[in-house]
Amino acid sequence: MAPSTSSAITLHVNGEKYTLPVDHRTTLLDALRERLDLTGTKKGCDQGQCGACTVLLDGRRAVSCLQLAVAAEGREITTIEGVADGDQLHPVQQAFVDLDGYQCGYCTPGQICSALAVIEEHAAGWPSAVTDDVRPEAGPPPLTADEIRERMSGNLCRCGAYVSIVQAVARAAGVEAAV
Amino acid sequence: MTTMTGTPAVTGAVGTAHTRVEGVAKVTGAARYAGEIPYAELAHGWLVLSTVARGRIRSVGADAVLAMPGVLSVLHHGNAPRVDTDYVGLLGKPDPTLAVFQNDQVPYLGWPVALVVAETSEQAREAAEALVVEYDEEPHDIAFAAGRDGTYTPEDSAVEKGDVEAELAASAVVLDAEYTTPEEHHTMLEPHAAMARWEDGRLEVVDSNQGTMWVANELAKLFSLDPASVRVRSEHVGGGFGSKGIRAHQVCAVMAATALQRPVRVVLTRRQMFSLTGYRSPTAQRVRLGADADGRLRAFAHEAQNLTSTVHEFVEPSANVGRAMYASDAHHSVNRVVRLDVPTPTFMRAPGEAPGSFAMECALDELAEKCGVDPIALRVRNEPDAGPVSGLPFSSRNLLACFDEGARRFGWADRDPRPGVRREGRWLLGTGVAAASFPSGAGPSTAAVTAEADGTFTVRINAADIGTGARTALTQIAADALQVETGRVRTRIADSDFGPAWIAGGSMGTRSWAWAVTAAAKDLREQLALGGTVPPEGITVRSDTSEALATLAQKERYSFGAQFAEAAVDVTTGEVRVRRMLGIFAAGRIVNPLTARSQLIGGMTWGLSMALHEEAVRDAASGGHVGADLAGYHVAANADVPLIEADWVEDADADDPVGIKGVGEIGIVGAAAAIANAVWHATGVRHRHLPIRPDRVLLGGAVAPAGAEGPDA
Repeated sequence: MAPSTSSAITLHVNGEKYTLPVDHRTTLLDALRERLDLTGTKKGCDQGQCGACTVLLDGRRAVSCLQLAVAAEGREITTIEGVADGDQLHPVQQAFVDLDGYQCGYCTPGQICSALAVIEEHAAGWPSAVTDDVRPEAGPPPLTADEIRERMSGNLCRCGAYVSIVQAVARAAGVEAAV
Repeated sequence: MTTMTGTPAVTGAVGTAHTRVEGVAKVTGAARYAGEIPYAELAHGWLVLSTVARGRIRSVGADAVLAMPGVLSVLHHGNAPRVDTDYVGLLGKPDPTLAVFQNDQVPYLGWPVALVVAETSEQAREAAEALVVEYDEEPHDIAFAAGRDGTYTPEDSAVEKGDVEAELAASAVVLDAEYTTPEEHHTMLEPHAAMARWEDGRLEVVDSNQGTMWVANELAKLFSLDPASVRVRSEHVGGGFGSKGIRAHQVCAVMAATALQRPVRVVLTRRQMFSLTGYRSPTAQRVRLGADADGRLRAFAHEAQNLTSTVHEFVEPSANVGRAMYASDAHHSVNRVVRLDVPTPTFMRAPGEAPGSFAMECALDELAEKCGVDPIALRVRNEPDAGPVSGLPFSSRNLLACFDEGARRFGWADRDPRPGVRREGRWLLGTGVAAASFPSGAGPSTAAVTAEADGTFTVRINAADIGTGARTALTQIAADALQVETGRVRTRIADSDFGPAWIAGGSMGTRSWAWAVTAAAKDLREQLALGGTVPPEGITVRSDTSEALATLAQKERYSFGAQFAEAAVDVTTGEVRVRRMLGIFAAGRIVNPLTARSQLIGGMTWGLSMALHEEAVRDAASGGHVGADLAGYHVAANADVPLIEADWVEDADADDPVGIKGVGEIGIVGAAAAIANAVWHATGVRHRHLPIRPDRVLLGGAVAPAGAEGPDA
């Protein structure tokens, strides 16, 4: 008997449960886009280089093109569709709109998911490659423009909207005056 | 039903910042791009590309693949329908790359040889990767260098005024320098994607492109269809930059949908995009400038060369950039081409101007140094009263106002002109400047504006918003012309059924569409002003700008700009960091300051990326790319980009109903030169080859591109 090449799995996405059979080769990204019709998560390179497919897995950012759907079973997945509170945009989303932190919009869902995680990671005291003092007792470094640029560098934007992306993240993080 | 009389007039939307009308859709993930719309019975196509750079296909092992799970079809040159390529489309004759599977010849590595169609994308991909294609391989030649054998001068690519050689001989100061720019790729974040299906006797294509009518007309010609029977839509486009026209994926999707009689979607992979969707050719340029001791130009000579494929000619018009820029007694500029076993290059953001301005504006900076003149003063000295070659008047030319404003804001007056004198720890610091120019044009367009019975208005125009903000700008323009709030106007775009309109290209889109929308909206307002009620089906007025454009006076119509950059060069690693950039532009009337600023800064970001990062590398042995992906091909990431500021001076075009010139491309022009000039100012070393990589900095600018060393290099 040929080995099975598909399984029924349950994915927890944006607070909803979805049970579906998936081909074992299916990435989380393709499961979201092609099976669950959650196309807000974008496919820019399908090889972990551009960040357009960034989602939150158990609250941490991850590129969904490098996750197999079967390996995401049981994890809390947040996509761009789950960021707003009904019709009320999340402050990060609102800042991207108000400050024009995008142009074509294709990298935007990934940028926003990354920004959500950047703000959390910073608040939790995680250093980055540009943090001067990385001793735990030093606490979170000031969230400067350079810190935001470094922490957002996993998400490419070919339209060249970085300047306003940095401003949008700073506004949402409450450090607009500092950058 | 609503009466339209007595409504207070509202204007002032144009010139006021307006967030994107599709903004909420883009930040919530609700905006659907071409590959994201579900269809019942959708099948998935996956392209198979050649693995040799030249030769013939001996066999395609379709039978083995057809037996794989889910596989529906394998299209290749042995079974694909014939298409008609003997036509002239919007931008000339078609590139044979898009007319897929027509013969057994392979003219470059990454040429489409088959399409595998399956029930799911996983099945299609596995089958495509399993398909065995055998080739009779032939030796290939991909070595690009100026003046190499096979170089030719295409028709109408040279301009001559006066005697350049005589003026050079009579000049007190002569600069003669060669510059190169590498192969560069658009790499928009959304890969090319198309869904094709037959519906009620019509071919429907949902695509990601820069002009639906352009793609619809080419598909109609290729497949010998009545143009009215083809409908192409492209509501949201994840970037284009010149690459999203008619391409292999749409043609494949149509072939497969026709053969299978069900909807077929073809999405290119990131790697496939490197050989199938065009790119900017590498260039080799020589600039010769002859001047009097005070810097007044006597001779201006710019010779540029690019490569193209063996199957289609594309000229990167780098040498055209000077034809409207600087006064000189004699002028010579020419673009030359050589055909190699590589894919066909295409238009990429500021084609010609981007690489051409790098060479020309670096050469001006070198001449300023030789003459001991400030680089801005040198440009002032050579400012023409009329087109330097054509003699035609400028519609408006506010380049010097850009330099004045930029110099003031950048602090240029405080600059020590000597190179290599500012040091901060391990960093050498310098500042540089360059001029920018880009043609302003408009293409014929039609629009329809409808007064709806509920008091709102609907604009229908076959525009494309590839991230430019065109949808929002046209909403503002329509609102002002109708004298209503923008909230009462909805703008529908990117549907070939709306009728002909110009493409999102050449910085001409918003100007072309705004003209048509203004005309229709004004007519409608005049009709409504006569009074009466709006019937349930609304009142629609149409416009066509063809006649108005045909009678436009011949002038030199350009946007201009002044680019400023500060660079820091790490003397230990050779790393170059750009610390700040400022661009001041004279680019017509700015419709939406919020999105226009994004466009200009985006272009300047491209200039930074071009100066320091971008370089597609080919392997001489295989003829293909090394690292054809976003890890191998570097574009600027967030941490590479400092605070970039863009602003503008008053420059409304009096001959345009809205005063627009276009802002899509001017931002990249001159930006790489300003950075290279800043690197010289920091280090005292001229960098004439892009990108300015750390190894080039450490070796003092001496590393020329590999291709220039000849085929054996």
